[in-house]
Amino acid sequence: MRGAITIVALLISGVGVLWAATDGVQVITAEGARRLTIEEKPKPLPAVPLTDQRGEAFRLQDFEGSNLLVEFIYTRCVTLCTSLGETFEQVSREIPRGALGSRVNMVSISFDPRDTTSDLKDYGERFDAAPDYWRIARVESSDELEQLLETFGITVIPDQWGNFEHNAAVHFVDRKGYLNKIVDHDPPTRTLETLWKRL
Amino acid sequence: MEATMTFFRRVHLSFEHPYFRAGVGVALIALLALPVWRGLLESSLINHMLVQIPLLALAGWLIGRGIFSSRFAKWNERGIPGLLIAVFVMLFWMIPRWLDAALSEPLWEAIKFITIPLLIGVPLGISWPRMSPFSRAVVWSNAISMLIVIGWLYVAAPVRVCNNYLVNQQEAFGFTAMLVALAIAVYWIGVLFFGKWEKAE
Repeated sequence: MRGAITIVALLISGVGVLWAATDGVQVITAEGARRLTIEEKPKPLPAVPLTDQRGEAFRLQDFEGSNLLVEFIYTRCVTLCTSLGETFEQVSREIPRGALGSRVNMVSISFDPRDTTSDLKDYGERFDAAPDYWRIARVESSDELEQLLETFGITVIPDQWGNFEHNAAVHFVDRKGYLNKIVDHDPPTRTLETLWKRL
Repeated sequence: MEATMTFFRRVHLSFEHPYFRAGVGVALIALLALPVWRGLLESSLINHMLVQIPLLALAGWLIGRGIFSSRFAKWNERGIPGLLIAVFVMLFWMIPRWLDAALSEPLWEAIKFITIPLLIGVPLGISWPRMSPFSRAVVWSNAISMLIVIGWLYVAAPVRVCNNYLVNQQEAFGFTAMLVALAIAVYWIGVLFFGKWEKAE
C-alpha cells in the first residue's frame, strides 16, 4: 500500500513540476519563454543613450506616443540581419507614409562594438531606411548595451567564423514605452499583422 | 610497474568501501564545479549534455551507493519510486529552456549542480540494486530509444533551440546522442547474451 501511495504521489508531483517548468506545456525553449513572459508582464525600457546613423543622439523613450519596432542586428552579419532588415523594409513600404514617423517608428540596434556610424549608415542605405522613421543605432557604453540586451532578452554568442549568433525577432513597444510583444521576423507578414492591430 | 598495479588494485578494492565511494562522488562534484572545468564542459552542447550532466549523475550514483543504500528502503519498494524521481528530474534538465537558464543565471547553475547528483544520481544509485530484471530491462531499452529520439530531434530541428549554443553544435549533439545510444545498445546486447545472470546485492 505504501508503495502504491508513494508512486502515485511521485507521479502527480513529477507531472506538476514538468507542467510548471513548461508553463503549462507552452514553452520548452528560452526563446519561447521570453516571448510568453513579455506578453504577460510587459517591461519598461532602460533609458540608454543611443547614436543613430547620422551620428545624432536619441533614446528609445523619445518614441513614446508612437508604436516602436525594435530589432537587434550587426552590420557584418551575413544572413540573419539581412532578413531582419528586409522585414523592416517591408514595413516601411506597407505602412502609409503619413503614419511612418508619427504612429510607427523603427529602430535597428547594433550590438557589435565594431560597428561605426558609417557602418550603420551603409546598412540603412541597403534597405532605404529614412532616419526620420527608421534609425540604425549603436550603444556607446558596453555596460548600457548589456543592460539593453538583458532587458530585451537577447543572447549573443560568437560563432566559429568570427561573427555572432543571436536570437532574432521583432520587438514591439507600445505607445507608453512598454515592451509587450515579440514576434518572429520571418515571414514579414507576421510583423505586419501584429502592427496593423496596434495602429 | 608493480607499484602501479598494486595501487590500482587498492583503489579497486577501496570502491567496495561505501564511504570511499561516496567520497569519490563528492570529490567529482567539487571538481566539476571548478570554473575551469565548468567553462570547458559547458562550452558545447555535447560536452554539457553528454559529459558534464552524466558525470554529475554518476557522482550522485556513487554517493547513493555509498552512504544511502539502505535508507528509504521502506519507501523504495522495488526501486520504482527512486526511478520515478530520477526520470522526472532528468526530463526537467532535458528541456532546452532550463539548460539555457543554468548557463545564463548562477542560481539555476547552482540548482543544476545540486539536483542532478541529489535527485537523479542518488535515487538511481539506491534504486538500481532493488529493481527487478524486468524493470532494469525497461530502463535500458527506454534509455536507448529516448536517446535516439532526442538525437534525431536535435539533428532535424528547424530552429536553434538553445540561445546559448549554435546550430551546428545542436546538430553535432544530435548525431553524438544517437551514437551513444547505439553504443549502449551494443553493450546491453552483449550483457544479455554473454553476461552472467546474478541478482546484485
